[in-house]
Amino acid sequence: MKRTVALLMENQPGALSRVVGLFSQRGYNIESLIVAATEDSSLSRLTMTTTGDQKVIEQITKQLNKLIDVVKVLDLGESDYVERELLLVKFLHESVNKEVIKELNGEIVFENNELLNIQFVGTSKELDQVLKDLESSNPLEIVRTGASGISSNLKTLTI
Amino acid sequence: MRSLHEEGVDIVFGYPGGAALHIYDAIFNQQHIEHILVRHEQGAVHAADGYARSSGKPGVAIVTSGPGATNAITGLATAFMDSTPVVVISGQVKSNLIGTDSFQETDMIGISRPIVKHSFLVQRAEDIPSIIKKAFHIATTGRPGPVVIDVPKDLTDPEYKFDFDYPKGVDIRSYKPAKEGHSGQIKRAVKLLLEAKKPVIYSGGGVIQDNASSELTKLATLLDFPVTNTLMGLGAYPGTDQKFLGMLGMHGTYEANMAMHNCDLILAVGARFDDRITNNPDKFSLSAKKIHIDIDPASLSKIIDIDVPVVGSAKECLDQIIEELGVQSHKIDHDKLKPWHEEISAWKEAHGLNHKLLDQKPTGGKILPQQVIQSLYKETKGEAFITSDVGQHQMFAAQYYFFDKPRRWINSGGLGTMGFGLPAAMGVQFAFPESDVACVTGEGSIQMCIQELSTCLQYGLPIKIINLNNAALGMVKQWQDMNYGGRHSSSTYEDSLPDFVALAESYGHVGIKVKKHEDLESAMKECFALKDKLVFLDVDVDPNEHVYPMLEAGMSMEDMHLSKEIKTW
Repeated sequence: MKRTVALLMENQPGALSRVVGLFSQRGYNIESLIVAATEDSSLSRLTMTTTGDQKVIEQITKQLNKLIDVVKVLDLGESDYVERELLLVKFLHESVNKEVIKELNGEIVFENNELLNIQFVGTSKELDQVLKDLESSNPLEIVRTGASGISSNLKTLTI
Repeated sequence: MRSLHEEGVDIVFGYPGGAALHIYDAIFNQQHIEHILVRHEQGAVHAADGYARSSGKPGVAIVTSGPGATNAITGLATAFMDSTPVVVISGQVKSNLIGTDSFQETDMIGISRPIVKHSFLVQRAEDIPSIIKKAFHIATTGRPGPVVIDVPKDLTDPEYKFDFDYPKGVDIRSYKPAKEGHSGQIKRAVKLLLEAKKPVIYSGGGVIQDNASSELTKLATLLDFPVTNTLMGLGAYPGTDQKFLGMLGMHGTYEANMAMHNCDLILAVGARFDDRITNNPDKFSLSAKKIHIDIDPASLSKIIDIDVPVVGSAKECLDQIIEELGVQSHKIDHDKLKPWHEEISAWKEAHGLNHKLLDQKPTGGKILPQQVIQSLYKETKGEAFITSDVGQHQMFAAQYYFFDKPRRWINSGGLGTMGFGLPAAMGVQFAFPESDVACVTGEGSIQMCIQELSTCLQYGLPIKIINLNNAALGMVKQWQDMNYGGRHSSSTYEDSLPDFVALAESYGHVGIKVKKHEDLESAMKECFALKDKLVFLDVDVDPNEHVYPMLEAGMSMEDMHLSKEIKTW
């Protein structure tokens, strides 16, 4: 089962390595991971997607909470939440049909005589589908950010 | 050093080196803290650990960068696995050299990350007092554990001055360990305790760490429940008490393991259901309800599903339970437990350990290792601090020495670190200079930190080393006997062992060799009569002896080998 976990941690050197290290040390998977400083510059917010049954997810959140640098952990899957990911794709002009891009809600963010950079935003599942649909257009390069998430109720991941 | 003094530290164990020289000069220039020079950094951390486990105060070690830091790693991992409060201060190369592969540089924070509770890389000299304050707070509170402080050499330069202000309190926003248990959970636990007909209290190292032995004993007495301790928990409940079942698990007693398997309620306190206890978790005590009290939420339902988890300190939670039982005392019914106590007595009668082996002349001619422990127990009247290394001798000591008090049994349970016993005994002896301290070891383990005999000479530590010499890596050999057709791959070295008596003497200590059963008790007496001397008692024991009972891998707790011939399934 895929799950999305978000956490706030001290914005300090070494904090991220403790979080990532915990996963390898305890044999948990990280499917994607995204991290940036928050509006409070002493904190970073990290979102990761991982796989495991309920028991594993519970252990992951407990073990994360034990890390001294981790301030707060939220298993987003516990309630409704919104997940978004950014996908950037590079195409040669001749290989891509702009109509198709439009249909897939892609946005051209760079263009010259030779090539195009196109941006897609959606859930990880939607972006999987976009990539499938673009296969025939022979993309030159693909990059995904990994999912970020926010709960869609009054429960907030703040301190 | 001033911060350490403010923190109440009066002894540190360490080994100097380039990156730590400013710190060592500061040690030279002060009188409050005694520095003990060990012979290997692993010994420094084990000694600090032994000091911490026996005294309940945090242990401190100081090492230099590079090899000094890496040598400390085994000590840190040992402390981490057994959750002991140890603070290791490691010198680091100068800030501007970090990351350049400079001489004696190693990424101590990176290397130690998975085996510390937390670590700090000092970035400004002004931060040293607050970091030391935080480090001791983290190491000693909640579930205790080791903390590393890595200090680049330039940040300890005495030329650099700043206003020293040692913080009075600590506030870490992300670290607020629970104390009291949730009152609803306490009530639920009490309900189960009162309903149980076949209960067992299973307690571990957490009870000792939290100084909750008297609460545990009080609760067991109040309810008339039998108690078993883990290897780390021995001494939390009086070993000579009638309701004590002995140790449980891999080499636990028959009655303890049978009780765990057949009970209807387990009250686990400060224990973590690890694989040496549960055997196959899928077959673990299927008919029992489980209450689990632990300070670490991550220990609850980690391996075994728990009916009533309680997060909190062992001491507080046990107190809360005792208080709640006081309210409901009319519901306590000792009579209904009688058949259960009788069932346990019958198990004990049938296959309990034989604690009266000492006077029996061994049939094979050689002294039995169990007899050495019984002789040690008799001679010390059960009052000594016993440290141990890892292997058969460790299990025999755990099985045959009764610990009536907590913090008397000091061993590496989680990591299983050979070489722990002697340096740990040094730490214990420094904490309790007037007490008898014995290190039960084997000829394999003792050679892993044998260099500390020199430290013992320098500081006049009268440790008694009880070497159960079977001329083999006994536990490895036992497994090879049982599971590998008796093929003793790299587990024997009979022809190349040192003369331990001469070795001890070369370090200025006393060595005594015992080969015959009839000499054992008099040698033990002589050993402890030499009050001011370290004595190395080298006892030749039966090399063919195995540790029993022993759980059969992959099965339940009632599936045990009871001897080479008898098994329960």
